[in-house]
Amino acid sequence: MSMSQTTPRHIPDRLRSPMQARLMSWESLLLAVAVGIFILNTLASPYFLDAWNLSDATFNFTEKAMIAFAMALLIIAGEIDLSVASIIALASTAMGVAMEMGAGTPVLVLVGLATGMLCGAFNGALVTKLGLPSIVVTIGTMSLFRGLSYIILGDGAFRGYPADFAWFGQGYVFWVISVEFVIFALLAVVFGLLLHKTSFGRTVYAVGNNPTGALFSGIRVDRVKMILFLLTGLMSGLAAVCLTSRLGSTRPSIASGMELEVVTMVVLGGVNILGGSGSIPGVVIAAFVMGLVTFGLGLLNVPGIVMSIFIGLLLIGVIALPRLWSMWRKKRV
Amino acid sequence: MRNLGPQGADGSGDTPPVLTLDNITKVFPGVKALDGVRLDLYAGQVTALIGENGAGKSTVVKTLTGIYQPDGGQILLGGTPVPFATPQDAAKAGVTAIHQETVLFDELSVAENVFIGHAPKGRFGLIDTAAMYKKTGEILSSIGAKISPAVKLKDLSIASRHLVAIARALSVEAQVVIMDEPTAALSQTEIEELYELVDTLKAQGKAILFISHKFDEIFRIADRFTVFRDGQLVGAGIMNDVTEADLVKMMVGRSVDQLFPKREAEIGEDVLVVAGYSHPTEFEDINFTLRRGEILGFYGLVGAGRSEFMQSLIGITKPSKGAVRVGGDIRVIRSPAEAIKAGIVYVPEDRGKQGAILDMPIFQNVTLPSLHKTSNNGFVRMAEEFALAREYTERLDLRAASLDTNVGALSGGNQQKVVIAKWLATKPRVIILDEPTKGIDIGSKAAVHDFMSELAAQGLSVIMVSSEIPEIMGMSDRVIVMRDGRMVAELEGDALTPETLVRQAVGIRETGGDT
Repeated sequence: MSMSQTTPRHIPDRLRSPMQARLMSWESLLLAVAVGIFILNTLASPYFLDAWNLSDATFNFTEKAMIAFAMALLIIAGEIDLSVASIIALASTAMGVAMEMGAGTPVLVLVGLATGMLCGAFNGALVTKLGLPSIVVTIGTMSLFRGLSYIILGDGAFRGYPADFAWFGQGYVFWVISVEFVIFALLAVVFGLLLHKTSFGRTVYAVGNNPTGALFSGIRVDRVKMILFLLTGLMSGLAAVCLTSRLGSTRPSIASGMELEVVTMVVLGGVNILGGSGSIPGVVIAAFVMGLVTFGLGLLNVPGIVMSIFIGLLLIGVIALPRLWSMWRKKRV
Repeated sequence: MRNLGPQGADGSGDTPPVLTLDNITKVFPGVKALDGVRLDLYAGQVTALIGENGAGKSTVVKTLTGIYQPDGGQILLGGTPVPFATPQDAAKAGVTAIHQETVLFDELSVAENVFIGHAPKGRFGLIDTAAMYKKTGEILSSIGAKISPAVKLKDLSIASRHLVAIARALSVEAQVVIMDEPTAALSQTEIEELYELVDTLKAQGKAILFISHKFDEIFRIADRFTVFRDGQLVGAGIMNDVTEADLVKMMVGRSVDQLFPKREAEIGEDVLVVAGYSHPTEFEDINFTLRRGEILGFYGLVGAGRSEFMQSLIGITKPSKGAVRVGGDIRVIRSPAEAIKAGIVYVPEDRGKQGAILDMPIFQNVTLPSLHKTSNNGFVRMAEEFALAREYTERLDLRAASLDTNVGALSGGNQQKVVIAKWLATKPRVIILDEPTKGIDIGSKAAVHDFMSELAAQGLSVIMVSSEIPEIMGMSDRVIVMRDGRMVAELEGDALTPETLVRQAVGIRETGGDT
């Protein structure tokens, strides 16, 4: 019974069309939530449906989302970086030092990005070369990076960035479309293509699902992880440029606690915190959801501390919903 | 064959067995692991259970300890049938097992390990620590172990841990003690101490089931033997009545020809030359040449260092010495990526962890090492991925609902086909198959064998690591036997017999067989 003589059974490529799969996905659920929040906001406040107000709302998430895209890839690959907010602090401080030394805007941007990448390289080296768990490494560097920033700045602050530096965080490309929003949109496309359309993206999923299997399949697992730490560092550097430009100053407490908001965004976007699955469209929608919620509550004069309660409830609710739904259906059968 | 009959009608039959497995059958999907077997254990005697890998020994242990429920037959304790529905039932009946890796707790003291789950209770239901330490001390000294009950387990040597495991077994007042390859991790002096301990247990009237591959220790300590082959009983009796040769014949004695459709392949030029490959702990001085169209078998006991060597060959672990020549070039292979480039691929034994990525679809598993072929400037082209996956999975007659089904949803045999398809898609020169048919159903087994043969006929060089003698005999042109990390024999033609393989693998010297 030779293989070549028997007619092989034909196996179809797919059972469900990609369209069908998309309709049933997490992203669709999240999109429905986003639309619901949008409608609620419209009903709750007469000021919500205003082009400039909506434009302002985007600043709630653009900087976090830049980091969240890279973080999504890192988490899908089975690692995490909790030091991102501290990287912002250190990168911003480095820019401040460069400004004091008379650097112009192009140099400031380069310093910010380079500092971010260096921090990412440091995290990546500790994880891949020494084989340490990334959650421990980056909890350590979280204190380290911000600590350096405190040593340099103490109680003080860097002010007086060049006027043209303000373009990144305060500029508009066209009408109500801000520079930050354009950067966010471009990065969404770039990271979406990188994760979903390239062979590198495929290896990210493979590493996250089964690092041993990926290694045995000839994937340079450590190199993939190193690249992702560098990317996350770079995106944190970029977020530092935008945030510093928007605030116009650097304090060592800049972006405090942002790492958790970034991770929340990634998880809300449907990325499995244990690695292996998730998508960039999911993270993009999650960014809008979080932005809309905080902005809508802001219009209603809800204080920030209550807002974080809402975000927490939203995260738990959206994650628990599908589970509750399937439990309820099982009970009915 | 002697003493196939039910009772031990062989002279010492006057004492009835303590425990009997009577006509036990256990079926797994596609495999009959035990087929109406009988096993008798006698008080104060050591019964050796002998058989190849896959003969059904571990299934017997799991049935005896209540982990598996038999599909047919009964367990008789002192002549009356008892259900072993749970491990607790088995423990209550006085059956206890010391496994190769008994679960013990590193951070707890010796006494706590011995009495975990059944510690003596004092007032208010609290653990009576003093009594626990005292009893542990008594048990330890009764087996001649000089270990303090207060020491933490992590501070003990492997041999001492073994003694703790045995003490634990004795603390439940066992009638039947199962020892599953107890000497695998022990040094020679420790083994001697274990033998003395077994003698002590015998003197205490325990019935002991001793599972081992090593003939020297079987002849040293066993009073009786039972031999299984393919889940069936092939012989049982008293050790004094048999020789090593008799036992080997019982273990392997079967016709191995017709099952394996080995095709004549033209053997060509040297493809892979391995010289002096060594590793500090796992293997030493491996030398061989693999030719085009050849199937080279690697036989040995589990733990002989075969998989470790193969994984070193593809760059997972680094060798301390040695070189490879592939297709004329001398190469250093430092990673699987470099091995793939050199044309050497490896189908691992552990499919779930090393072979496949279970939570990803079939087509993505197949194309994973070939992504550069199915992508353009780094962008994957899905149509080509499906085409490549289809080409190779259909050649292997894969059964799946669709190519975007996750590999984890397939049967073991079909998972293996996906892994083999993945590696063939890289167009290798050498394919290493590590226990290629372990745990897969008979149908898929035949398909894998047939396909292996076809690959060799097409000019691929195949290395097959296998612990199954029929598979090794049926498929290989030549066989290298490894024992304790070393090559001990290279066999082909008439020298390649099941008896020689087993002799070399377990290390019985006497009558030749070396080539």
